[in-house]
Amino acid sequence: MAERGVEALLFVAATIGVLTTVGIIIALVFPTIDFFGDVSIVKFLTGDAWTPLFADKQYGVLPLLVATLVVTAIATLIAVPLGLGAAIYLAEYARPKVRRALKPMLEVLAGIPTVVYGFFALVAIGPLIRDYWPGGDKPSFQNLLIASIAMGIMIVPTVASLAEDAMTAVPRSLRQGAYALASSRMQVATRVVFPAALSGIVAAIVLGVSRAIGETMIVTIAGGLISDRILFNPIEGSATMTAFIASAGQGDLPLGTVEYKSIFAVGALLFIITFALNIVSFRLVRRFREVYE
Amino acid sequence: MAIDTSRAETGYVHPSAAALKRRRIRLGDTLFRLALQFCLFVAFAFLASLLIYVVIAGWNRLDLRLVTNMPSGLASRADESGLQSALTGTLWVIGLTALMCLPTGIAAAIYLEEYADNTRWYNRFLELNIQNLAGVPSIVFGILGLGIIARVFGLGFTIITAAIVLSLLVLPVVIIATREALRAVPPSIRLGSYALGATKWQTVRRQVLPAATSGTATGSILALSRAIGEAAPLILLGAVTFVRFNPEGIFSQYTVLPIAIFNLIKSPQAELKELASAGIVLLLIILVLMNSIAIVIRNRAGRIK
Repeated sequence: MAERGVEALLFVAATIGVLTTVGIIIALVFPTIDFFGDVSIVKFLTGDAWTPLFADKQYGVLPLLVATLVVTAIATLIAVPLGLGAAIYLAEYARPKVRRALKPMLEVLAGIPTVVYGFFALVAIGPLIRDYWPGGDKPSFQNLLIASIAMGIMIVPTVASLAEDAMTAVPRSLRQGAYALASSRMQVATRVVFPAALSGIVAAIVLGVSRAIGETMIVTIAGGLISDRILFNPIEGSATMTAFIASAGQGDLPLGTVEYKSIFAVGALLFIITFALNIVSFRLVRRFREVYE
Repeated sequence: MAIDTSRAETGYVHPSAAALKRRRIRLGDTLFRLALQFCLFVAFAFLASLLIYVVIAGWNRLDLRLVTNMPSGLASRADESGLQSALTGTLWVIGLTALMCLPTGIAAAIYLEEYADNTRWYNRFLELNIQNLAGVPSIVFGILGLGIIARVFGLGFTIITAAIVLSLLVLPVVIIATREALRAVPPSIRLGSYALGATKWQTVRRQVLPAATSGTATGSILALSRAIGEAAPLILLGAVTFVRFNPEGIFSQYTVLPIAIFNLIKSPQAELKELASAGIVLLLIILVLMNSIAIVIRNRAGRIK
């Protein structure tokens, strides 16, 4: 009897994750449905101004979405080469001793709170870039470019560690075969290991993209808060989806107003996008695990 | 070895051309290696400049004022301002988070690793769900806290709400790390225990868990250090309000270090930027201490084995 009781208790603990997911969905769905009673879903998805805190309230999510995509694109452009380069070095080049020393340092980079990255982007990267900016239009005080740079570095460890896992999972025999044909180390890395680990590497990139989309503090601090028009130019400050949620959520918005509910609608959109990306990433990871394990 | 093997199928290669090619491959290889090292260098250079920057920027405020003084609302008294309420708030919130998420996470991991029958759909669903939860943006957990825990459960913007949300946020980290630690315990230990007539729970409690202590402890510390640095969900949960007192219980108002730093960053005063840098150094020191404990535990376990 006691055995069964313990098992039941452990099972209950394991279901808390499911309850959390259900809770998140409930928390998002009801206010979002409510929100779409006030604002049409077409206007929400196609409108080009997001001004819930202005007198003339408009609820077009495109400015937030575009800013999110701009930041994510630049951050990915930075993180993918750096992360994959680091991963290839750690998996194929570094001696075990060097690897043991370097990996914890990457973990340190992953462990730094995002508020610190945001601060550094705003007060250090920002002025540096403004000083050396070649063009006439100087970047604004808060802008998407500096947020993207900090975010790019932030997701390097995510990309690097998953990509390295995928490359280490490639069987030794493939490498040995290639070396036996007198391939150089670079040829083995780029023409044998990299293609063989491709699904895992893509999974690493997708996960990095998903983290960039969901990151909040860096863009709230350094990315700017303008959202009344669509801005493609990264040197201007513009609010992303997460930055809007964080800035609107700071003030005590009155319960039940459209402004309050708009936080949940944007949150639902964010949840759907990151959820889809995470599913893609798991599928890819499972593929490389299935092939080699 | 003079034959260019990468293009072996093209047949005969003139020796001098082959030698040239080989030299080019060797040069390419060196450049490639340098490029890879450069990638790591950029990441570490960023890390180093960030650390040096905050230490220099916060240097003047790195003293006891930081932890003995309360934040000051008056611009003229920025010099006397400290972060005590944020530090005590962090300790309260993280202490409570540890009390809630570690037992739950470890129990869930024991179920999934030792008890769950993987052919059952609901067990696979539990597992998939935890993986998924690990990828949900932290601000969405803040929305869960705002919409359900603070409002529907009526817990309000208090320490307990913050701790529940952070517990749920880092639960997948604890579960995944503990499962790995349990998986590393050799099956022979379990079989030996069963052979002596122990029940399943006796085996798990007295053999498997003790053998997995170091992995579990390391994972738990890493999960808590993630919770300490987390600011996004707490922004939605009332931590941004100006708090000048230490928390007195789990239903107190609160603020935490990352949020206090966020508030200081937003202010236009230069003195407060200095204080923000000092606050960041304090936060990083706490994180380094926690991680060193994790490393010590990991190394000690390695020595015993």
